[in-house]
Amino acid sequence: MNDIVRSLAEIVGEQYVSDQNEEAFFYSRDPGLMPDHKPDCVVLPETTKEVQAIVSLANREKIPVVPMGAGLSLTGLAIPLKGGIVVDMKRMNKIISVNEKSRYALVEGGTSQGALKSYLIRHHPRLRHSLPDAPPAATIAANVMIHGQGRLSQQYGFNSDMINGFEVVLPSGELCPIGSAAMTSEWYSRGAPFPDLSGLFLGWFGSTGIITKLAVKLYPNKKLRDVEIFVIDNEETVPDVVFEITHTELAEDILIFTQPMPAVFKDNHHVSFYITGDTEEELEFKRKMIWRALDPFIKSKDGGFMSIPPGVKGSLTEMPQTSAARIADIKKGGGFEYSGPVVPVEWYPQCARKLSELAKKYNLAYSGMIRIVAGGHCMMYAFAFAFNRADVDMVERTKKALEEVSNFVLELGGMYWKPNVDEQNMAIERMHPNTRNLMKMIKSNLDPNGIMNPGNWEVL
Amino acid sequence: MNYEEIIHRCFRCGYCKLTGDYDDFNCPAYRKFAFDTYAPGGRMWLIRAWLNGEIQTSARFQEILFSCATCSNCVEHCVFPFSDDLVNIFIAAREEMVNTGILPPKVRDYFKNISTNGNPYKEPAARRGAWSEGTVVESYDGQEYLFYIGDVGSYDDRAKKIARAVGELLVKAGFSIGILAERENSDGNEVRALGERGLFEYLADMNIELFKNLGIKKIITLDPHAFNVFRNDYPSRGAEFEVFHYTQVLAPLLEAGTLPLKKFEANVTYHDPCYLGRHNDEYDAPRTILRAVEGLRIIEMHQSKENAFCCGGGGGNFFTDILGGGKDSPNRVRVRQALDTGAEVVAVACPQCAVMLDDAVKMANLDDQVEILDVGELILRALS
Repeated sequence: MNDIVRSLAEIVGEQYVSDQNEEAFFYSRDPGLMPDHKPDCVVLPETTKEVQAIVSLANREKIPVVPMGAGLSLTGLAIPLKGGIVVDMKRMNKIISVNEKSRYALVEGGTSQGALKSYLIRHHPRLRHSLPDAPPAATIAANVMIHGQGRLSQQYGFNSDMINGFEVVLPSGELCPIGSAAMTSEWYSRGAPFPDLSGLFLGWFGSTGIITKLAVKLYPNKKLRDVEIFVIDNEETVPDVVFEITHTELAEDILIFTQPMPAVFKDNHHVSFYITGDTEEELEFKRKMIWRALDPFIKSKDGGFMSIPPGVKGSLTEMPQTSAARIADIKKGGGFEYSGPVVPVEWYPQCARKLSELAKKYNLAYSGMIRIVAGGHCMMYAFAFAFNRADVDMVERTKKALEEVSNFVLELGGMYWKPNVDEQNMAIERMHPNTRNLMKMIKSNLDPNGIMNPGNWEVL
Repeated sequence: MNYEEIIHRCFRCGYCKLTGDYDDFNCPAYRKFAFDTYAPGGRMWLIRAWLNGEIQTSARFQEILFSCATCSNCVEHCVFPFSDDLVNIFIAAREEMVNTGILPPKVRDYFKNISTNGNPYKEPAARRGAWSEGTVVESYDGQEYLFYIGDVGSYDDRAKKIARAVGELLVKAGFSIGILAERENSDGNEVRALGERGLFEYLADMNIELFKNLGIKKIITLDPHAFNVFRNDYPSRGAEFEVFHYTQVLAPLLEAGTLPLKKFEANVTYHDPCYLGRHNDEYDAPRTILRAVEGLRIIEMHQSKENAFCCGGGGGNFFTDILGGGKDSPNRVRVRQALDTGAEVVAVACPQCAVMLDDAVKMANLDDQVEILDVGELILRALS
């Protein structure tokens, strides 16, 4: 490996490659619960050409390459399961351009969510992108690679739906533009009206290529934003409430949370919907329309609005919500992990019951965090458990609870979101054989040496 | 190790290494080295691994530990309840390392020089007050204020000019000040930050006793690092004096127009020293002073006040230079941020920041584009 490290140093500079124990320790794990696997080295490229050279070298030498953003998937997707080279992309963090009229931003593959948010506020205040509630250090490309969701997912789908193409380094080291950029210098379409090739890479967790440049769709950034919470004590009613809110086509975002603490939240399901407007009048119109849509639930005493103190409202309208990260401190132990299957909204009741059953069975602090996707076509239901990483028993109980979620989801027919390697293998097994074969064909043709993030989507 | 019980609570979410608006990475060590191991989260996870025996003491781990500039950006932006203790945790880990006796050579030499010479420059104590020769600044002899200079202002050639400027300015402003010259000792802020708890306590106790014996009740410091340690660490060891940074005593006078100033035409940006700003919440006094100068157009850097990017000199790095060298060294990055404002003058209120930024300007051959001036130097120029 020393020769490889020397070769990498020639590509990126000695300062930006490490085979030291400290980097091996840190990059062998993420904040979640997956077992650690040490990389042979970590490299920090600054340019696309450097990424190409790294991948070419790895392909020639048949060494695993694992692309990494902020390493925040929690499910170990950037853990080098078979060693090799971790390619930390965060030095490639330039916002290359923003096309205001066509509403997209072109960014490098290591650009963080927070950097784009801040840049747009400063330079293009009428535009925004679909910011997830992951910590702002999370990178845009990695989030797209895992089909992340964000603040605009209720309206426009997964964050991976909200892109206008990308540039990808193939396992051969060749650079390939995907979308309109394959034809022009403009980034206005991910694929249509031509074959949409983005699916060869999105959701593959870097096992078919590394995104070095990405066009992110931007959307109107309204001047005003507010949140309301509709509380229901019967999980069976939640899908109906979501159906009525989404029917209005007026909500920016719909999140549902259910948690036992503080006591006022216990046994309730909180459907928080966000509305935006450029004027108070617009905001008020949307608010009233949704109120009207939910009025029958109030009349039937199935639900009601919760008054939100200003401090709490501030926290709820924060983007990203810092409270999402703070869940990790509920047990004063720096840990939380969730299994977040993508399932139909109508499966909410089963998921809610399973969550409380598992929390009770394993004596864990829990939170259900649900985001409605694409007008209610599906939802991401996060079975989230906080744990103390210094408490071995609690860590084990959390792992077991999450394993049960995995099995439950499979039985239910749900699709794992950002599945860990075990869940990927379960999904591959369950998959229609022809679909599995199609994945095999794609993988074997794109990455015949199996160098890209091996261990993930091991269909071969 | 102190704080051992909370180290595992870090989620390594990364808020700590960013600015408050998430615009950019704002941890100087991370900015320089770019591996996550050098960010606060990485340092937390590695300290835990080191205490658990999962990694061993190594030159790399020492570099990671001692490259922290103690700038407190992580304290400002971490979203967890233990955020206030982040820098304290890193200092505690350094203390643990010091207790092993295995230290990076530059850190070891720093302690040795302080122990044997009373300063990190290996200069004789007799030269400590040499900067004041030819000025109106007198030795301390019962004046209302002790004007405390610190190691950098006393011995560094660039910083000595700042000491002269501020000393003369304070006298012109009518303050009754005196310096200790050869009687002055290191304040110990960097000794504490580098983890030599025993040496720090020795220095602090010696200073407190000296100040008490001389009847000193009020201190004006040139250096925010001294201001910080006098204000925050000495009281628990029995110190009872009032402490001011020099900008704090000058600001009200300049705001009231007491000092006649000439017009001074320049585009200026102000760099917040971490030990004045984030550590002690003093963002206004230097700006109040600058605003008092007619003709100065003050342009803020995007990374200012709570979000100021550290020059890289804090936490002992001024002396150990672990963060120095290359285009991504924090002082070079900070100068680029200053140039982005269009400023021709970068005003600072810390001799260590001034030297760090001056070095960066020279390294990047930017002398003809931007000048680093201490606020005191700038005001002295504007005095008619």
